[in-house]
Amino acid sequence: MSLSLPWANRDNAEEPFRGTPSGFGLFTMIPKPRLAVFKFASCDGCQLQLLEAEDRLLEIAAKVEIDHFLEARSQVVPGPYDVGLVEGSITTAEDAERIREIRRQCRFLVTIGACATAGGIQALRNWGRIEDFVSSVYATPAFIDTLATSTSIADHVPVDFELRGCPIDRGQLLDLITALVLGRKPHVPGHSVCVECKARGTVCVAVAKGIACLGPVTQAGCGAICPAHDRECFGCFGPSESPNLVSLTGFYEHRGTPRHTLVRLVRSFNGYAPAFRAESDRLEAKST
Amino acid sequence: MSTIRRFSVKSLTRVEGEGSLRVRVVDGAIEIAEFSIYEPPRFFERLVRGREVREVPDIVARICGICPVAYQVTACEALEKTLGIAVTPDIRRLRRLLYCGEWIQSHALHVHLLHAPDFLGAESGFTLAATHPDLVNRGLRLKSIGTRMMEVIGGRAVHPINVTVGGFYRSPAAADIRGLLPDLEWGLAASLEMITEVSRFDFPGMPHDYDCVSLRPAAGYPVDEGRIVSSRGLDVDVADYERHFAERQVPWSTALHSLTVPDERPYLVGPLARVNLCHDRLPPLARRAAESCGLEFPLRLSAQSIVARAIEIAAAFEEAVGIAREAVAEIAPCRIDYDLRPGVGCHATEAPRGLLYHRYEIGDDGLIAHANIVPPTSQNQAQIEADLKAILPTALVLDDAAATHACERLIRDYDPCISCATHFLRLAIER
Repeated sequence: MSLSLPWANRDNAEEPFRGTPSGFGLFTMIPKPRLAVFKFASCDGCQLQLLEAEDRLLEIAAKVEIDHFLEARSQVVPGPYDVGLVEGSITTAEDAERIREIRRQCRFLVTIGACATAGGIQALRNWGRIEDFVSSVYATPAFIDTLATSTSIADHVPVDFELRGCPIDRGQLLDLITALVLGRKPHVPGHSVCVECKARGTVCVAVAKGIACLGPVTQAGCGAICPAHDRECFGCFGPSESPNLVSLTGFYEHRGTPRHTLVRLVRSFNGYAPAFRAESDRLEAKST
Repeated sequence: MSTIRRFSVKSLTRVEGEGSLRVRVVDGAIEIAEFSIYEPPRFFERLVRGREVREVPDIVARICGICPVAYQVTACEALEKTLGIAVTPDIRRLRRLLYCGEWIQSHALHVHLLHAPDFLGAESGFTLAATHPDLVNRGLRLKSIGTRMMEVIGGRAVHPINVTVGGFYRSPAAADIRGLLPDLEWGLAASLEMITEVSRFDFPGMPHDYDCVSLRPAAGYPVDEGRIVSSRGLDVDVADYERHFAERQVPWSTALHSLTVPDERPYLVGPLARVNLCHDRLPPLARRAAESCGLEFPLRLSAQSIVARAIEIAAAFEEAVGIAREAVAEIAPCRIDYDLRPGVGCHATEAPRGLLYHRYEIGDDGLIAHANIVPPTSQNQAQIEADLKAILPTALVLDDAAATHACERLIRDYDPCISCATHFLRLAIER
């Protein structure tokens, strides 16, 4: 059985691919998929969710062939693989090459987490001069091999599906793996965190407490844990479908939140996701 | 004519993050034994600059998905000192319970899934599950209890959202904390047994007189505070950390190594260093279990770190049981208010992998002006390389595959967290 990947023979053309993950149409049952986990610039937290699956970990291990997972096992089976889970962002020329090779090796490529899907917190460098970043941490900047930017995997190769989050949600990851084994669509909502707050009966922190909260424009998936802890959503899961950031930040600014605080709020773990990036740039341009 | 033999482990496995090992032998003499990092740096100390004080715990958590609480708590305590505020004993106890959860999940993962396979001849926890299902299942359950503790107190296990400068956004319900008790009591019993079990493993390697460095508080086992002490008799306040330890460059490597100053020697941080320096401070059940195995301190083999981790899992459970039993009501206040003011402050805590030091400067604008973060793995890097050089003459008698396996095992003894260290280490580039 073969998957019809539109770019299977594309051999990864030189121009960077930028587009939405191709998504559901590709899901076909793979009886015992060969799974590989790859890491780029990141904290390990997303791939850790696989090991966090504790009681279900051994169950998963029986359903898939874990062929490449450096953090968990010494055995490395060479590709090609049915499914590649990619954590982390692209920050070096070598990694930009490595992801192309991984794309060639994986029939189905899934990015996991804010670094892989949006460049991560390290994408803050994209707004500064890289020389300043390097020299502020390292005494001999010349030795540091790094790109000026931290970018998402989809900026470099086609991506079939993405799991958002900083970190990703364990339940969504398990659902994705189950979906692959069964050949069905994964259940990943596109609606905002607000829906989750309503579902769990959390009083709106923006309305009731005057807290500038990104819940209305952030994709659900975390379970709305931050508002439930009396604090703002700070956008771990990135922009929801059709977010209206201009309206939201305008409301908060009108109500008294300083504009530079709003810039920082939008410019964090998913700050380089296109919708968030456009808004923090717009707010900043207004200030100058 | 000289003969040059090279071998390398391109990708170290069963460690957190990705690193490699390179060894070069010229005419039988070891020229390079380099535990290197190929993860790209993420410049965290720069990323927090210009950010608000309240954002720091959320940002530094992202240094490491395995020990985010260590980064959050250290940052909070350092910033609280900078701001001149002190949290209540209730807040401190809750932080300590959260930190115990992180120790449990991090150590349980390493002991059972990453380290035990080395002693039992398996390539991973997955294959170990077939031959030693009870051990793996116990490890997974212990780990899940640690994870649950982090969820109850921190709101989320990987990158908790409830930790803030001044305390917690919201107090967990006392009933939820007491609800952990049956699992904590089971975990305590299971981890006490585990100490006996892992102390019977066969420990390879050469004994070292490590210069152990850890915190030592006025009372109790070191977790979230204490003075810095060492095997060589150092006993200083955390504020003096940068006077006694410094990051250095060595000629043959571009990796930064933390060394003691002024004598420029490697030192050891982490579970082995802590039990060696503070075994008298272990809670009673953990101490008795360690003593009944006939362990003699100091432990001098890096592989015995698995025993140290087992002891610390039991100690964390023992302490957690005590704290959870006393949880009778939500803590109030759960957060101490503060006014922003310029200043400098530092703090150190014991992350699962060892001493973690943070220093922050708050500028006149109330934003972070400067940060210095020294994670445990960068402090252990010089010691890891020293250990490698010590075992290489023996290891080099073996073929390359067996020799690299021995080296890789040694590196794994340290449970290096390359994701943490990477952001602070130079990449190793041969020129």
